[in-house]
Amino acid sequence: MAPLLDVDSLAVTLPSPRGPLPILHDVSLTVDEGELVGIAGESGCGKSLTAQTLLGLLPPGAAVSGSARYAGTELLGLDTKGWQRVRGAGIAMVFQDPSAALHPMLTVGRQLTEHMRVHLRMDRRAASRRAVELLDQVRIPDPERALRAYPHQFSGGMRQRVAIAIALAAQPRLLIADEPTTALDVTVQAGILALLERLRAETGLAVAFITHDLGVLSALTTRGYIFYAGRVVETGPTGALLTAPTHPYTAALLGARPHGTQTGGTLRPIPGAPPAPGEAPPGCPFQPRCGYAEPSCGDAPPPLTPAGADRSVACVVRPRLEVAA
Amino acid sequence: MNAPARLSFTDVEVEYRSRGRGRVRAVAGVSLEVSPGQIVGLVGESGCGKSSLARVAVGLSAPSAGTVRYADRPVTPLGWRPRSGAEVGLQMVFQNPYASLNPRRTIGSQLLDGVPAAVTGAARRARVHELLERVAMPTSAAQRYPHQFSGGQRQRLAIARALAPEPRMIIADEPVTALDASSQAQVVNLLVGLVRDLDMGMLFISHDLALVHEIADVTAVMYLGRIVEAAPTRELWREPRHPYTRALIDAVPQIGPTPRLPAILAGEVPDPANAPTGCRFRPRCPHAFAPCGEQPPTVDLGDRSVACWLTDSAAASTVARSL
Repeated sequence: MAPLLDVDSLAVTLPSPRGPLPILHDVSLTVDEGELVGIAGESGCGKSLTAQTLLGLLPPGAAVSGSARYAGTELLGLDTKGWQRVRGAGIAMVFQDPSAALHPMLTVGRQLTEHMRVHLRMDRRAASRRAVELLDQVRIPDPERALRAYPHQFSGGMRQRVAIAIALAAQPRLLIADEPTTALDVTVQAGILALLERLRAETGLAVAFITHDLGVLSALTTRGYIFYAGRVVETGPTGALLTAPTHPYTAALLGARPHGTQTGGTLRPIPGAPPAPGEAPPGCPFQPRCGYAEPSCGDAPPPLTPAGADRSVACVVRPRLEVAA
Repeated sequence: MNAPARLSFTDVEVEYRSRGRGRVRAVAGVSLEVSPGQIVGLVGESGCGKSSLARVAVGLSAPSAGTVRYADRPVTPLGWRPRSGAEVGLQMVFQNPYASLNPRRTIGSQLLDGVPAAVTGAARRARVHELLERVAMPTSAAQRYPHQFSGGQRQRLAIARALAPEPRMIIADEPVTALDASSQAQVVNLLVGLVRDLDMGMLFISHDLALVHEIADVTAVMYLGRIVEAAPTRELWREPRHPYTRALIDAVPQIGPTPRLPAILAGEVPDPANAPTGCRFRPRCPHAFAPCGEQPPTVDLGDRSVACWLTDSAAASTVARSL
């Protein structure tokens, strides 16, 4: 069966005052129907730009190459009408900050039903009925009352659940969630993760979950992609990826997390900072910060090559990596 | 000589008046101590009163009841008067380094503000360079403006600003929340290193439990204006005694070979304006029983303190009988 989303050799270059800046290089990824896929990396690594590309939200002047197929439809090069058919009813998105994603002056009901009336051609009454169901599905207490409420009347966690309900309103098959729990408390985050898993199990929703928190990646997703400087550097089943990484960057990210093994101790940060767009060194982008770099790492960016069961890694050295517990 | 630079809160309460909601008690009786050379982590969900406590700790606002003492003197709110030398020993690092530095002044001139007046002449400039070196920034940063730096660098500069008056106690309110994973680790290491090298005390406020677990000597857990449990970090994590502490720890997603969703704590944090009577955690607590209708006392168990009826079953049964 063909994957629901199939991105192949995607490259995106954005315009800037100093000339075109290549941001994404040769990104390939797939999401199957009903699959929870994680995308992880530091800010500026291209995670969010990948999401924007898949929803046709790139700024004017962006140059895109490669291919991104959703349910057999090529997304790159779609016109406005074409995007309108894909967005909402096909691919929907949840953003990091629910306060910015919701309109502060429209009721939750209005924002929820707009989608359904446009995409599903529902009348007002049917849309309201479904809105109540959706709010109930995302566990908002007293959904009838919630429809008449404004976003500021909800807590941050509830607002994010409302934003998820809105994203689900037109029955998308793929939900792209861009750091949806980063601004929330762990207790609220646990609820959102459980909600996404339940939606996957009950409705077959596929989710591409973008995060910088490897704990969240592990808790929720079954397959993961690690991004660095606009490239996929490692991919595979999430559990294997995070318990036995094969790319030094994945191992370094794991090492920089607090492990709870050294109370009163210190963290092990990755030296240096990720390269700014357009300033990546020739060769492997991680090489200047990598403890295992060899002279050959400077030659060309290493391609993703198969490394064991369902796994690929973009590293020519393939050192033996110590994994922090 | 000087009294030890200890920061202590005794039964501190903070109240806000708001139209429509009446009085909101954001902090409802907190007692806590931070000693020199010690890192005390304060964790809790947003809205639990962590930041209100930080603000009274440095005298940005006044407590409505109780006392905050630093180096055996009461911390008094800021006014139009210079602070005494002792008070300046208490400094704060804020969450957002984009807002805590003045965008229109060079880093050097902002650091100079904090350098003690006793340092004069060329020594002042030298001090600025020392401060920049201490936070691992090049001395050329002194001539530059905040917008020329990344978030992590700005937070390091904000820390240099806090260090300028030679503080003995740092209050850090979510200092790395706005930063990326790799700059987070760098800034945290810097703060921990400073506390150890300069024998300062630090109150480290964060909603990131894993981070607090890693660096704090003592962890205090706050819920709806009260500290429900405080203990040496290692013991707190090994054996949480308050159900809320347990719930917070269980909600942290863990890395493992197969996906495993973190445990869910039922319900939402109640509005502090309508805080539940008795134990404030009662409506969400899986172990709630009859005595919880009364506010549990904070029980001292050696180096740990817990405010839960479960830890004091004898007293709990007396309360249950009287209800």
